[in-house]
Amino acid sequence: MSHDFGLWIAALLTLCIFSFLYKDNPFYKFAEHLFVGVSAGYYIVLNFWTVIMTNLWDPLVKAFSNPGTFSPQQGDYRALLLIPGILGLLLFTRLFGKIGWMSRWALAVIIGVYAGLKTTGFAQSDLVAQVQASLQPLWTGSLGQSISVILFTIGLICSLLFFFFSREHKGALGVASKIGVYFLMISFGAGYGYTVMSRVSLLIGRFQFLLEDWLGFK
Amino acid sequence: MGLESIEKLDRRWLFLLMGLLVLGPLIAPIGLPLTVSVPVQGFFDTVAKVPDGSTVLMSCDYDPASRPELVPMTKTAMHQLMDKNCKVVVTVLWPGGPGIVDQTLREVMRESYPAKKYGVDWVNLGYKAGNEAVMVVMGQGIANAFPEDYTSQSTTDYTKLPIMRGVRDYSSFPLLVNISAGYPGTKEWVQQVQSRFHLPMVSGCTAVSAPEYYPYLQSGQLQGLLGGMAGAAEYEKAYGHGLKGAATKGMDAQSLAHVFVAICILLGNVVQITRRPGGAA
Repeated sequence: MSHDFGLWIAALLTLCIFSFLYKDNPFYKFAEHLFVGVSAGYYIVLNFWTVIMTNLWDPLVKAFSNPGTFSPQQGDYRALLLIPGILGLLLFTRLFGKIGWMSRWALAVIIGVYAGLKTTGFAQSDLVAQVQASLQPLWTGSLGQSISVILFTIGLICSLLFFFFSREHKGALGVASKIGVYFLMISFGAGYGYTVMSRVSLLIGRFQFLLEDWLGFK
Repeated sequence: MGLESIEKLDRRWLFLLMGLLVLGPLIAPIGLPLTVSVPVQGFFDTVAKVPDGSTVLMSCDYDPASRPELVPMTKTAMHQLMDKNCKVVVTVLWPGGPGIVDQTLREVMRESYPAKKYGVDWVNLGYKAGNEAVMVVMGQGIANAFPEDYTSQSTTDYTKLPIMRGVRDYSSFPLLVNISAGYPGTKEWVQQVQSRFHLPMVSGCTAVSAPEYYPYLQSGQLQGLLGGMAGAAEYEKAYGHGLKGAATKGMDAQSLAHVFVAICILLGNVVQITRRPGGAA
């Protein structure tokens, strides 16, 4: 059994959380509130030291502490960090009712930048590349591989037709969309299986921690 | 025990059974067979093809919540890269990740590669906020996005971090190894880096996000994929060297738990079908 005080705290808190499986109780509540509080504190401190200090404060101090060293001609644009710094401060104007509208400027920049990044990234990787990869020859020279490609193509077309709502799903369209539903159901089943695996992995991880790290059972 | 009693069964019995089924094989392993799947072999082969001694970018985008699934694959990937004398530049895009990632990598280096040095053979650049924006800035220069490493050493001070001397931007790396628990992670690396900078990429991810990344594997945007604990266990088997990590040890429990869930689903459906008008009950 471990002599590490930290491990004991982790093990007891794990058991406190597990106790919820029997029913809600004060031990579970204690562990839950402790987790929320510690997480909030940790993330605030972490973001302060890794974002505010390293990304904003330190470069600004370096840019302005030695007059004349800020030189855009030499590729040093650190002083321009004042702009995102001010935009960041503007976000806090939401706390002051009358000037709260100023936070929208910062939000507009955030939304604009991320919309631009996501749109170009999505277009390149999810639209063009995926459409390109979907256009495959049905006969590849190998029977097994060809069957796989044909199944893929049927699944792709039928699943797309299921989401075509401009015409009633009757006749050929009805049959195709029905086949599409079966393909979608199979993909949901696979997704569910993976989700179960993920959740069971968490349980295994906790049990491995209790058995090996805490109790020393190897 | 009839169908009615199954319907009224206290779910805590199911929790208890699940707990015992998971706990049992961890105490007394069964040794169920494990085969290496094509996506996992792709991951292994892609890393194996990286020229010996080259510098590889490894982004560990997870936090302690994904430890059982992602830490084993991080360890195995580090083993495989270190065996090839590769230099590894590690980044983290999850705020809760730097601690566990640093602990994991130092454990691997201390136990298996004590001669290799921090700053020379590997470096942990730590966490940087900004998600996709960080990935884009890294394209203009790794040191621009990460002016300091996890230990607050300047990434442009080559006397302390000689590994960074040969690192400029994505063109400095032959491969990106991404270990991802969600957002930001594999999807964003594919969208912002693989498609834009054409950097070959492999991914290890949590099981819950694996189905989302299979299209990238099919299209060749990902060269290999490790899905959850099963993927990590298969990767340990593909790597060999007698490595029996936490993932391999957990697979018996994983398999039994899945069989149990499948039986529960079947029984639940039987109960539902028999309750319908015209059914047996």
